[in-house]
Amino acid sequence: MITAGCDLGSTTAKAVIIENKSILASAVIPARLDPIVSAEDVMALCLKNAGLSRDRIKAIVGTGYGQQQIPFVSRLESEIVCHARGAFFHHPTARTIIDIGGQDSKVIKLDSNGKVVQYSYNDKCAAGTGRFLEIMADSLNLSLEEIGSVGNTCKERLNISNQCVIFAETEVVSLVNEEKDPGDILNALFRAMANRVCSQARSLTIENDVVMTGGVAKNIGVFNALCQSMGTAIKTITDLDPQINGALGAALLAQEA
Amino acid sequence: MTIVAGCDVGSLAAKAVIMERRRVVATAIVRSGPKPAESAKKAMDEALSQAKLTMNDITWCVGTGYGREKIPFVTESVSEISCHGKGAQFLIPSVRSIIDIGGQDCKVIKLDAKGNLVKFITNDKCASGTGRFLDVMAKVMNISVSELGERSLIAKNPITLASICTVWAQADVIKHINARRPAADVCAGINVAMANRVSMLANALGLENDICMTGGVAKNKGVVHALGRIMGKRIKEIRQIDPQLMGALGAALFAHEQTKKGGAQS
Repeated sequence: MITAGCDLGSTTAKAVIIENKSILASAVIPARLDPIVSAEDVMALCLKNAGLSRDRIKAIVGTGYGQQQIPFVSRLESEIVCHARGAFFHHPTARTIIDIGGQDSKVIKLDSNGKVVQYSYNDKCAAGTGRFLEIMADSLNLSLEEIGSVGNTCKERLNISNQCVIFAETEVVSLVNEEKDPGDILNALFRAMANRVCSQARSLTIENDVVMTGGVAKNIGVFNALCQSMGTAIKTITDLDPQINGALGAALLAQEA
Repeated sequence: MTIVAGCDVGSLAAKAVIMERRRVVATAIVRSGPKPAESAKKAMDEALSQAKLTMNDITWCVGTGYGREKIPFVTESVSEISCHGKGAQFLIPSVRSIIDIGGQDCKVIKLDAKGNLVKFITNDKCASGTGRFLDVMAKVMNISVSELGERSLIAKNPITLASICTVWAQADVIKHINARRPAADVCAGINVAMANRVSMLANALGLENDICMTGGVAKNKGVVHALGRIMGKRIKEIRQIDPQLMGALGAALFAHEQTKKGGAQS
């Protein structure tokens, strides 16, 4: 059976098409102004990538921040459940999932059957979310894509004492004025962000294996800082863009009537 | 003639108060630069020139504020919590709770009947609920921080901000501006959001009458009114002096006490 998942996030829209348990195609696009257009566009692109027409899809599950706006879904599932399902599909040993999206961060605990037992969700504070990185990349005049590798290592160990985006940004400005190296500044920012996510994770009891998903998982600098902070090796999804994990989970859930 | 001074170096402004026999003779507020020592000197020089005095005329000077350890000319330094308490109690003897909102922090302070510090709570971790929040919003609206207060007073239908986080609230404000909501309504919504955040801190400590507000944000009537309404309490207005000077005033009062104790060098 062919099913699809569509994850309408705050900054990107994602879609995945699967047949039973194998992935046929996926798509990621930047969110449009109108969420309905985002959903239509990402689904059209995904169908094109799969070389399929819409009527071949037996069920579509919608998820994400804008899920209510997706016009073509069979049903909706929470992001928590979708991310859990996607990560567990790749790593059946996963017990803790850290998902950092454009405007939120989630820590999800699973049992050995992949069932969600507990979670913590932050969308109240921009610290510890993708937005933190966006703002810092901007203030250093770098792109979001390049900051990960630039800040992955440091020559001089600097410290950013604030986790608040606004206060941390002020610290960045003074470090730039002191002519500190952008890579060193980024490295300090990644550690500050990792500490923030780590304290959110610590509000639950962490069990191995830990898997990181969401767009921020692609940032190698943050990923390594988080491993350091958590004091444990973290798995990521290697054969698939970790950003489409939620949509994959949705597609897997669509397999279950 | 014993003349004393208080100097309060905050994150955004440096303040100085000169007193003679518990009477204010000169005050100054200047913008803080990157170096606290220079900001302190600038504020002090301005107050001294107003009073037609020199530093040699000051018997005792107390420093306070986040940059207090860096002020070269002070005799001693005292925490800003104690100074705000001292200053507020001097002007309003019945005061028991003080809400002090500075450029980058917010403090709620409780005093006993004698003006002694009972307990306090501080937020300097999150920009929301601090002067910084209003700074960011004023910049987005392309107006001054003081206009944010004035304009809000004529609002008919204030906007509601969904989030207390400065970053998310900023995005929300931009959305409302783009939707062509009247500036007064946007300003009022910003002040209410600010007051909501501050009330969380105030409720965590518990307020007792009388209540007053100090610090630069106390000059924003929109925030003061919203805070009073949210908490269902009356906030006493400080009329005798600019509320932003409260820390420096308290510092000067501590300096005065020191001279009374005979601690002053003759």
